Amino acid sequence: MKRKRLKIFEKAFGVVLFSSSTVTSLTVLFIIIFLFNEGIGLFNSTPVEQKYKFIVSNDNTVKELTSKQLKDIFNYDITNWKQVGGKNDSIILFTINDLSTYFTDDELGANFENLPSKINELIKKQPGILAYLSDKYVPSQLEGHVLPLTKITVKEFVTGKEWYPTSKPAPQFGVLPLILGTLWVSLGAILIALPLGLATAIFMAEVASQRLRNILKPIIELLAGIPSVVYGFFGLVVLVPLIQHLFNLPVGETALAGSIILGIMALPTIITVSEDALRTTPTSLKEASLALGATRWQTITRVTVPYARSGITAASILGIGRAVGETMAVLMVTGNAGVIPHTFLEPVRTIPATIAAELGEAPFGGLHFKALFALGILLFLITFIINTSVELIKTRKKS
Amino acid sequence: MKDTDTIQINEKDTLTYNGLHKAEAKNVNLFYKDFHALKNINLVVKPNTVTALIGPSGCGKSTFLRLFNRMNDLIDGVKITGDVMLEGRNVYGKDIIVDELRKSVGMVFQKPNPFPKSIFENVAYGLRVNGFNHKDKMEDIVERSLIQAALWDEVKDKLKKSAYELSGGQQQRLCIARALAIEPSLILMDEPASALDPLSTSKIEELIYDLKDKYTIIIVTHNMQQAGRVSDYTAFFYLGELIEFDKTKTMFINPQNVKTQNYITGRFG
Ligand SMILES: Nc1ncnc2c1ncn2[C@@H]1O[C@H](COP(=O)(O)OP(=O)(O)OP(=O)(O)O)[C@@H](O)[C@H]1O
Ligand SMILES: [Mg+2]
Repeated sequence: MKRKRLKIFEKAFGVVLFSSSTVTSLTVLFIIIFLFNEGIGLFNSTPVEQKYKFIVSNDNTVKELTSKQLKDIFNYDITNWKQVGGKNDSIILFTINDLSTYFTDDELGANFENLPSKINELIKKQPGILAYLSDKYVPSQLEGHVLPLTKITVKEFVTGKEWYPTSKPAPQFGVLPLILGTLWVSLGAILIALPLGLATAIFMAEVASQRLRNILKPIIELLAGIPSVVYGFFGLVVLVPLIQHLFNLPVGETALAGSIILGIMALPTIITVSEDALRTTPTSLKEASLALGATRWQTITRVTVPYARSGITAASILGIGRAVGETMAVLMVTGNAGVIPHTFLEPVRTIPATIAAELGEAPFGGLHFKALFALGILLFLITFIINTSVELIKTRKKS
Repeated sequence: MKDTDTIQINEKDTLTYNGLHKAEAKNVNLFYKDFHALKNINLVVKPNTVTALIGPSGCGKSTFLRLFNRMNDLIDGVKITGDVMLEGRNVYGKDIIVDELRKSVGMVFQKPNPFPKSIFENVAYGLRVNGFNHKDKMEDIVERSLIQAALWDEVKDKLKKSAYELSGGQQQRLCIARALAIEPSLILMDEPASALDPLSTSKIEELIYDLKDKYTIIIVTHNMQQAGRVSDYTAFFYLGELIEFDKTKTMFINPQNVKTQNYITGRFG
């Protein structure tokens, strides 16, 4: 009887464990599918607002335009159809705001009922026209044709240098500045955190007395527990003005500020993981080195650190991983300018900061919204690669 | 002023060193915190001899051995009194720089502990950390050391390979070569063959026998036959005391102390 009850209990326990892990795995899977489902949508869309069309005359030989070309046309950087593969004919832009320069109110009628036919006239008269119109003004018997826009490609997305997701009529979804911003800030962070973290780890593992170590260890763990918004606040109030002052800059919100803050945030990971790695160096090797007349410092640089090399590499990659995904603190101190950085003293914008800052304003299901999800995919892939390489380093060390 | 002081000390040292005492312990006591691990030890090691340290586990053999290259310094709370002399100089004297001292004392450990480097770099390590980087001479010294350690023929074609590709016995001979490369005036061996198979063990024993021509060796061993085979002198330690010290032959045939006799005949330990 008792045995049976025990058996039922064990079985129930097994079911609970199994379902917990199933729920967890399914949740992760669901999030990933959701991310990809929303993000991939960007690459089947044309970069034009819904219910709007671009119309050209029937004589126009241009097949399609990219979003970038469209933007240049509207900025008058491109003024001739020749420049986009058409005939030598200057481009005449026409939007609804230009109505009054071509037509009088009488001609259009009280309720714009004549507008479609007038537009047809205009298109016939001006072979170089590029009209940007709401669907409702497009004539049903169109004398010209709709100019399709090139669909957004992955390549364009990743290599595009301009991120203007809300500009009209041609939003730009180039994320290169954001990728580079993320890389700059992360690289800077690791350049700051690795030497500092490694030095601290060596000190804790090899030099400090047990008592000192017992004091240091909790402080470092405390560092890991501070919420990132507090780091951001500290950065904003202390670091940003300091950088502005030191380098005599117009603004202190720079990649450097982000790197320093992220570097500090990555320190606990780097210190703890490298210290553990350094501790795996066998005492017998250190003794062998010392017995041959090596100084303590020579022993550290020639035996202890090389032995812990893969652990230290893993530590720095984990540190980068932390930096790449960090949002709040970076958002607060980097200035969020979506331009390709050339020095550490310029404002930059990272992928997570972009998502956090813009998701609230992006209309649900719109292009901007999808583009932010595509950014999410990119971030997911970067961190995935980082985690995988850490695992690879770990398993390679074991074998 | 200070210079002349040191010179005087050195002169005095060289005067006391008559060449007959390679290494010497005079009234040495060692404490691990409160634990009295070595009790008033007096022992003289003659040049070009092998001295075996025997005794039951925990009697202080390793502790005594590690006096000569000050490896005990690495342990917190160690206190030492008395004099430990190496070629007439006090190892714990104020003028001694520990790294320098260790360059003149080679040490071989119980378990082979080659560095995770190439065979060549293992042997070269001691020279490199001493700032010696002459390429041609380095090759000569590495070759000479490996020959002395009876390993050259087995590794001469794979000097660039990792030391971890060698067998345990080969690794231990590599560690001996590594110690020989710095031309030590004294070699300390702490149970160098206890982790090895019988064949490797006998190779190491032969090696120790051959090295005696050039070097002075102190070896810790638990193996009575081994002590009998390789050593000229034997010191029997018991609970931190040096119970008996004599020529190996004398001691094995006719031990003075009953504890020594019991230990040698295997009645305890
Ligand atoms: N680091 C240490 N701290 C405290 N006590 C120690 C330390 N090392 C050794 N001892 C003690 O000193 C005594 C002598 O140790 P030692 O290692 O010299 O013995 P041993 O004769 O080499 O023994 P074995 O044959 O087992 O190697 C032992 O009682 C040991 O417990
Ligand atoms: Mg021992």
